[in-house]
Amino acid sequence: MRLDVNHRTTYRFDPPMRGVTQSLRLWPSLFDGQNVLDWNVKIDGATRGANFRDGAGDLIETMTFRGSVDSVVVEVSGTVVTKDLAGVLQGHREKVPPLAYVRQGQFTRTNNTIRELARGAIAGAETPLAEAHALAAAVGEAIAYVPGETDSQTTAAEALETGRGVCQDHAHTLIATAICLEIPARYVTGYLHAEGDIADASHAWAELYVRDLGWVGFDASNLKCPDETYIRLGSGFDSVDAAPIRGVAQGNGVEALDVDVSVISSDQ
Amino acid sequence: MVEKPSYFNEMGSSGAIRSPYSGLDSWAADMPAEFRNTKQSEAEALFRRIGITFAVYGEGGDPDRLIPFDMFPRVFSADEWRKLDRGIKQRAKALNAFLLDVYSRGEIVKAGVIPGRLVYQNAAYEKAVVGIKPPRGVYSHIVGIDLVRTGPDEFFVLEDNCRTPSGVSYMLENREIMMRMFPQLFRENRIAPVDSYPAQLRRTLASVAPDKCEGAPTVAILTPGHFNSAYYEHSFLADMMGVALVEGQDLFVEGDFCWMRTTEGPKKVDVIYRRIDDAYLDPLCFRPDSMLGVPGLMNVYRSGGVAIASAPGAGVADDKAIYTFVPDMIRFYLGEEPILKNVPTWQCSKSDEQKYVLENLGDLVVKEVHGSGGYGMLVGPRSTKEQIESFRLKIEEDPDNYIAQPTLALSTCPTFVEEGIAPRHVDLRPYCLVGQNIELVPGGLTRVALTQDSLVVNSSQGGGVKDTWVMAE
Repeated sequence: MRLDVNHRTTYRFDPPMRGVTQSLRLWPSLFDGQNVLDWNVKIDGATRGANFRDGAGDLIETMTFRGSVDSVVVEVSGTVVTKDLAGVLQGHREKVPPLAYVRQGQFTRTNNTIRELARGAIAGAETPLAEAHALAAAVGEAIAYVPGETDSQTTAAEALETGRGVCQDHAHTLIATAICLEIPARYVTGYLHAEGDIADASHAWAELYVRDLGWVGFDASNLKCPDETYIRLGSGFDSVDAAPIRGVAQGNGVEALDVDVSVISSDQ
Repeated sequence: MVEKPSYFNEMGSSGAIRSPYSGLDSWAADMPAEFRNTKQSEAEALFRRIGITFAVYGEGGDPDRLIPFDMFPRVFSADEWRKLDRGIKQRAKALNAFLLDVYSRGEIVKAGVIPGRLVYQNAAYEKAVVGIKPPRGVYSHIVGIDLVRTGPDEFFVLEDNCRTPSGVSYMLENREIMMRMFPQLFRENRIAPVDSYPAQLRRTLASVAPDKCEGAPTVAILTPGHFNSAYYEHSFLADMMGVALVEGQDLFVEGDFCWMRTTEGPKKVDVIYRRIDDAYLDPLCFRPDSMLGVPGLMNVYRSGGVAIASAPGAGVADDKAIYTFVPDMIRFYLGEEPILKNVPTWQCSKSDEQKYVLENLGDLVVKEVHGSGGYGMLVGPRSTKEQIESFRLKIEEDPDNYIAQPTLALSTCPTFVEEGIAPRHVDLRPYCLVGQNIELVPGGLTRVALTQDSLVVNSSQGGGVKDTWVMAE
């Protein structure tokens, strides 16, 4: 599927800040499921530099503003041709050992409820892949997709207790269940082409490391593995570590954030 | 404890003084009490004037204390030091080879020498630097190796410190003060100097400047600030090396580099000797709430614009669970037999070893895997039944967090005490520098447990320091 992405993130600061530094992870992953035809990240007025590909395979770049800053606009646009690989991250070059992802973080700390959910889910599953599918299904079932009930600081344990959440909560909870079974798991960000549903265009899911297959994506929000409607950007331990834009600003300004994303299929 | 172990007295006993200490027994014995008191207060005044204090936590009150200085030097012969020098450098080399390996190909794990779980699931293992090769492949540029001695020819490594080992300022100041107070001792004895350390450190840091650095590298020390317990040392080393002492807010990232604010405008920084933990280095890579670090610094580091010493992620080599495998690392990477021995260590994470530990708590020393500073440890033979029982519960609750070692008969060194001169237990921390070359000044920091029979030498637990002499060849 040929997907056109337009993603604009606008930060406004009132009063203006003295400076802004951001670390960007905004480039589509290179693997057999994605062919990047064209991709641009434009930030007017910024100094760019310090770019590299990290051990997890993500391209990272730094951008800064010095002096008075009242707004920052990050404009991403491009075209990617995608292929359905049933979630398997085939042909992706990375160096981080999967075991490095078996660790709890602020968002993915396990507790008894998470452990019980995990153990109950995999009972009867006969292969590592079946276990991973079972975990994703259990998490999708335990947490209903209800926007507005959780926020960016909600942990897996909290979301599970509420039983309502969004893709971030599904991903964190799936990671937490996998980790307590010693299955490497990580947070993935990207885009989703969902017909008629623009608000969902910016998306997150989880990847679990499955023996013999490698990393496989699981989207507990949509109860499926990423297919040709997904574009993968990057990964990390959790939503903060994997964030497409991580930034800090110096000053006392109040930040207002506006995000506008569209993912349109341009297949003839 | 029924049997009292016999300790190795480094000076020997009267009538059989060991050669490195010859002359010092009479020097101390002949010192009139009044003269000794005058000298002791002179030393204290000097330490106060230069401002060496350290912070003690958990006892309330003003945490800044003066570290007690004992005037009786601790001495090694040239022969003894030759072996230590080789053993320390060997270890520093192997630890760096291990770090380079586990952040690239992981051969030691693939070969089954160290379980991947212990390395990659370790809290100190930084995913963010996997595949990033630091200049010259060096991760730990200052390796502090804590040694204890149990016999004339028996040394054990207690632990390795690969991140930012502190205390080297005491090594330098102790010597300075001894030379000022007792110049004749330095005329009568041929003592190897240690004062080249700051120049060597500076040379080491400059030698790991990134390839992008053209011309003479600019070095800076990054400190968390004056409230840090080792702030004195940070500013002392900056002074001695003639480099800038900066806090996070003095640095910023722009383009491909890291810059320092100066009165003459921004200046590019090539090498940062950081005395801040990984987690606080950069809010855009690690803890987002850190106010101590520099936003974007890790991106500059990872793209080769600046060197950081020690490299982020170096801590995975000095973890107490990894410590057990250092002799294997030496064999694996260097193809050599370890010159310095490890203390036998039981991992409470292994059920059979945990069983042994719980059955022998009264004889063992139990430590937290990530603990330091002598906090959170149990010295079995010196503990009450209640203390032992409370540790039993802690171990049962979280076995992975504890290791245990036998209570070693630490050597003693004569020490000035209220009643005169008495043996007190000592350890040693030398500071090995790793850059283009591996260098070690002949000496280190000797810590002494001032309380009679105490085996805990940490300054936070009533320990003091001594000047450490290595006799010149």
